[in-house]
Amino acid sequence: MIEARHHLPTNILYLDGVTVSFDGFKALRELSLAIAPGELRAIIGPNGAGKTTFMDVVTGKVRPTEGEVFFHDTVDLTRHDEAEIARLGIGRKFQKPTVIDSLTVWENLELACAGERGVFTTLMHPRSAGERERMAEILERVGLAEAAGRPGGALSHGQKQWLEIGMLLAQSPELLLIDEPAAGMTDHETELTAQLLREISGERSVVVVEHDMVFVKALDCRVTVLHEGHTLAEGTLEHVQADERVIEVYLGR
Amino acid sequence: MKLLFALLLALMAVGAGAAESPDTATDEPAATFEAVALGLGSASFREKTALVERLAGFADPRVPVLLETLLAGDLYADATTGALYIGKADPAPLVGATEASAPPDKLRKVITNNSLRSALRPLIAATRLRDPDPEVRARAARTLIGEVPLALTPTLEQVTATEQHSEVRQALRTALASVQLADADPGVRIAAVRELADNSDKQILTLLEQRARQEQEADVSAALAEAIAALQAREKWFAFFGDLFFGLSLGSVLLLAAVGLAITFGVMGVINMAHGEMIMLGAYTTYVVQLLMPEHIELSLLVAVPAAFLVSGLVGIAIERGVIRFLYGRPLETLLATFGISLVLQQLVRTIFSPLNKSVITPDWLSGSWQINGMLSLTYNRLYIILFALAVLVTLVGLLRKTPIGLQMRAVTQNRAMASSMGIRTGRVDALTFGLGSGVAGIAGVALSQLTNVGPNLGQSYIIDSFLVVVFGGVGNLFGTFVAAMSLGVVTKFAEPLVGAVLAKILILVFVILFIQWRPRGLFALKGRFVED
Amino acid sequence: MAISSQPKLLSDAASRWLVGTIALVLVVVPVLNLLVPADSALHLSSYWVSLLGKYLCLALLALALDLVWGYAGILSLGHGAFFALGGYAMGMYLMRQIGERGVYGNPVLPDFMVFLDWQELPWYWYGFDDFLFAALMVVLVPGALAFAFGWFAFRSRVTGVYLSIITQALTFALMLAFFRNDMGFGGNNGLTDFKDILGFSLAAEGTKSALFVASGVALIGGYLLCRRVVTSRLGRVLVAVREAESRTRFLGYRVEHYKLFVFVLSAMLAGIAGALYVPQVGIINPGEFAPLVSIEIVVWVAVGGRGYLYGAIVGALLVNYGKTWFTGAFPEIWLFLLGGLFVVSTLFLPRGVVGLLQRRRSSHQPSPPSPSPQAAAQAEEGAR
Repeated sequence: MIEARHHLPTNILYLDGVTVSFDGFKALRELSLAIAPGELRAIIGPNGAGKTTFMDVVTGKVRPTEGEVFFHDTVDLTRHDEAEIARLGIGRKFQKPTVIDSLTVWENLELACAGERGVFTTLMHPRSAGERERMAEILERVGLAEAAGRPGGALSHGQKQWLEIGMLLAQSPELLLIDEPAAGMTDHETELTAQLLREISGERSVVVVEHDMVFVKALDCRVTVLHEGHTLAEGTLEHVQADERVIEVYLGR
Repeated sequence: MKLLFALLLALMAVGAGAAESPDTATDEPAATFEAVALGLGSASFREKTALVERLAGFADPRVPVLLETLLAGDLYADATTGALYIGKADPAPLVGATEASAPPDKLRKVITNNSLRSALRPLIAATRLRDPDPEVRARAARTLIGEVPLALTPTLEQVTATEQHSEVRQALRTALASVQLADADPGVRIAAVRELADNSDKQILTLLEQRARQEQEADVSAALAEAIAALQAREKWFAFFGDLFFGLSLGSVLLLAAVGLAITFGVMGVINMAHGEMIMLGAYTTYVVQLLMPEHIELSLLVAVPAAFLVSGLVGIAIERGVIRFLYGRPLETLLATFGISLVLQQLVRTIFSPLNKSVITPDWLSGSWQINGMLSLTYNRLYIILFALAVLVTLVGLLRKTPIGLQMRAVTQNRAMASSMGIRTGRVDALTFGLGSGVAGIAGVALSQLTNVGPNLGQSYIIDSFLVVVFGGVGNLFGTFVAAMSLGVVTKFAEPLVGAVLAKILILVFVILFIQWRPRGLFALKGRFVED
Repeated sequence: MAISSQPKLLSDAASRWLVGTIALVLVVVPVLNLLVPADSALHLSSYWVSLLGKYLCLALLALALDLVWGYAGILSLGHGAFFALGGYAMGMYLMRQIGERGVYGNPVLPDFMVFLDWQELPWYWYGFDDFLFAALMVVLVPGALAFAFGWFAFRSRVTGVYLSIITQALTFALMLAFFRNDMGFGGNNGLTDFKDILGFSLAAEGTKSALFVASGVALIGGYLLCRRVVTSRLGRVLVAVREAESRTRFLGYRVEHYKLFVFVLSAMLAGIAGALYVPQVGIINPGEFAPLVSIEIVVWVAVGGRGYLYGAIVGALLVNYGKTWFTGAFPEIWLFLLGGLFVVSTLFLPRGVVGLLQRRRSSHQPSPPSPSPQAAAQAEEGAR
């Protein structure tokens, strides 16, 4: 990883010709995609376009049938499992918020916090004062400072979304994969989320999968349109919205 | 030599046919059949041997009956007159007593010893060689294989030449060849060896091996070695086939035990640890049915199958409605609760029927075996179990695939919310599906009652195996269950002679444990969404 | 705010109560047995001392199971195997101590080997004449089995019911193996007729009291160890694994390592429980490997309340005392009751007796997790 930094990678994430087939059904078909360091990218597409499979491939949940997936241009992600990829610095937020219900907000955040994740470290070493300070900051940032002692299961849907985002921040990954963050949020929260993601990008790369066009517009970034496991169009939101094929399959009518 | 003489006489006499009068058939008209027979009761063993040889010479139709009754140890003689009767409790007059005369007070058994009995067998067989029934003739000829003295060869040759029925002729030729193995002429011996080489019979293999040890002539020895090799190869093949059959029957038992579980666990995703007790209830139902109809044991199993289905099915429905439905989506809790139910059911049976094993009667049509040849016989109960298991499987698959209730069952298990919104009463379907799985387990119990002891612990011994079969085959896949059951059964049977039964069982367990680690979803995993996710 | 992330071990009232009570019993029982004269009404017979010692061992076993089931969500139906292996290791030491006092008077070979006409000690019996070696084996053998088993099972992500069933198959296979005479563990009869331990006669009252105290100390030690584990960050990772395994993976945790760690630790504790149990009951045989024995442990934990640690201890003591009483008074009713307990505790007491009491007191305590499988299932689904 450190080596990779020396080479000044041109891409933080690079997919080439990735095909994933499940018993004959191709969820991804020769998908190629490149994300630059610090980039914010939105991925849109109809249901079944392969958005979730794309995330599964990058995070090691699904092995591609064919094709290459590189992190920092040098790390072959197809050779690592979920935990290793997470440790390499790729964070993922799921569509349905999945916080640990019986742990408190604070404990959830602590779980996500960057650092050694070995069995003995977690057994022997509590968090340092510095880390705890950082966690408190994150809680402030996602607006959950008051709820730190409440169990995750007792949070509202929107709060869980924020907690997840907070957990992603605590994980401090170089690349964030975010699946429909705006689902179940109020308009105001959606606006706040978009703002937060724009802030994050720059120091980190962020890939957002989203349905909500208002949200994508608010992100104000490059957009990739997926269709049947393949890139249909790529460019600014205005550009892809003008693309006829995109209109046909997705934006509709 | 006397024996041979008598045999020849017997053959000729029988050959002369029943139409002839007894007097014309014998050289000594003075000694009638009756007179000789009446001497049996008071004769010594040695005298008896001579007497039976003479008796065999008469063409009297009572001769075969007399000799067989004697062999069976069922011949009784009047201590004073020597008149012969069959049976003691209700003696039927055979020789020397008119039917009108009352049975005498003192009947003494005409006892036999080993040498007398071995003399009797070929004599009886010889009297049967010209029986009108070809079945009887064939069986008689087979009895003579390897037991006919050399001097009988010409007679056998004669009978063989005139025999029309091909199967009987083949048996006669084999018997003849078995005699000719010891012929003085090496050419005849080689021909006999060639004749015998085509047989699949352990006895003939033994004969050939015995001859091979005595044989001096090089040519004959070579022919013998060749024939022995051919028979041994065939014996190996049939032994393999026998093991395979055994394995398949064991696999069928596993299939029967597991197929109900394949529905409740595989299709519904319910872990029913009381599944074994559903099997046990089926076995006890068989026992009760037999108690209720002691006069019709032959039919009892036919009644027991639907009865067991109902009993186990209803208990299953009660369990589903009473306990399991509150635990859907919590597999580990379901496992614990149903385990508790299994303990209660076991104890219930212990309280009602006592903890001792109950004996379930095997009807006649299930006992015995099908003798395919001298190297392979298949027992009927195992044969029927294979057929029965297949029938149950096919019926179930048909039920699930082709009937409306089957469609509803599949709909509910695949997408409960959707099925519910389409007006299917999911609760009812759950209960019925569980009842079906349990009922099938009950049917398995009927079959198992014919193979193992029926006791309160019957189910326990099958529960782990059943789960392994279902998991090994791939949950939710009846075909997988079938393949898994059969392959585990066959592998077990082939491993048993090599490592012993217990170790074979352990190895199978270890194998399945390792297999599940390698393919956690079993042999034939369902694609897409999965019940256990 | 739960910012102090490493609570002291005895920070909660329940732990203080539990450890205090056990410590008190450890003093009182031997005093009543050894110092109070036998004709006094307060005298406690040696039978009771051994029985209570037995309960303490079973409580330790339940504690071990709660660590894996209550926290990491691994429902092991084969924990009896680890318990029995620990017991056999101790049994082998005790067998070797018999020496020439056996029926056949062979100084080296245990009676059953002489009976089977064995000429020499099998290699795996070497070293068991040494107490320290045997004590090491008490933890190493169950630990090694748990490691080997868990290594395969957790790496290939066998979870839930599948895992439960293969753990049951594991103990079943071991039972069949130990029933075999040529395994060299006494076959059907197991190991018995022990004479003394570390030179003290097992029949002596003092030895019985000492074993009782040792069991109690082991239980307190085991409890504190488990408590240390579950209150650490590792404990929270375990809860996360229980509730949302793949989510935890995406957070960068090697789930299989965590599971393997608690599984092995738990197996070792079970082994210690077995080793202390055997000298107090005087026998170990393959029956301890029976699947029913293992699943009974689960019901202790379920009745007591899983995911609290002390719940497991309470459950083990309650159910086992009930078992002793019922099998004495109404032997035929016991299985009905045990079966009923399984059903009732899953249907009506999802959090056990302890959970019931706690809800009644309704004092808000954040740390004991509320096992809510639906929520966990949802979380898992979301993570897929």
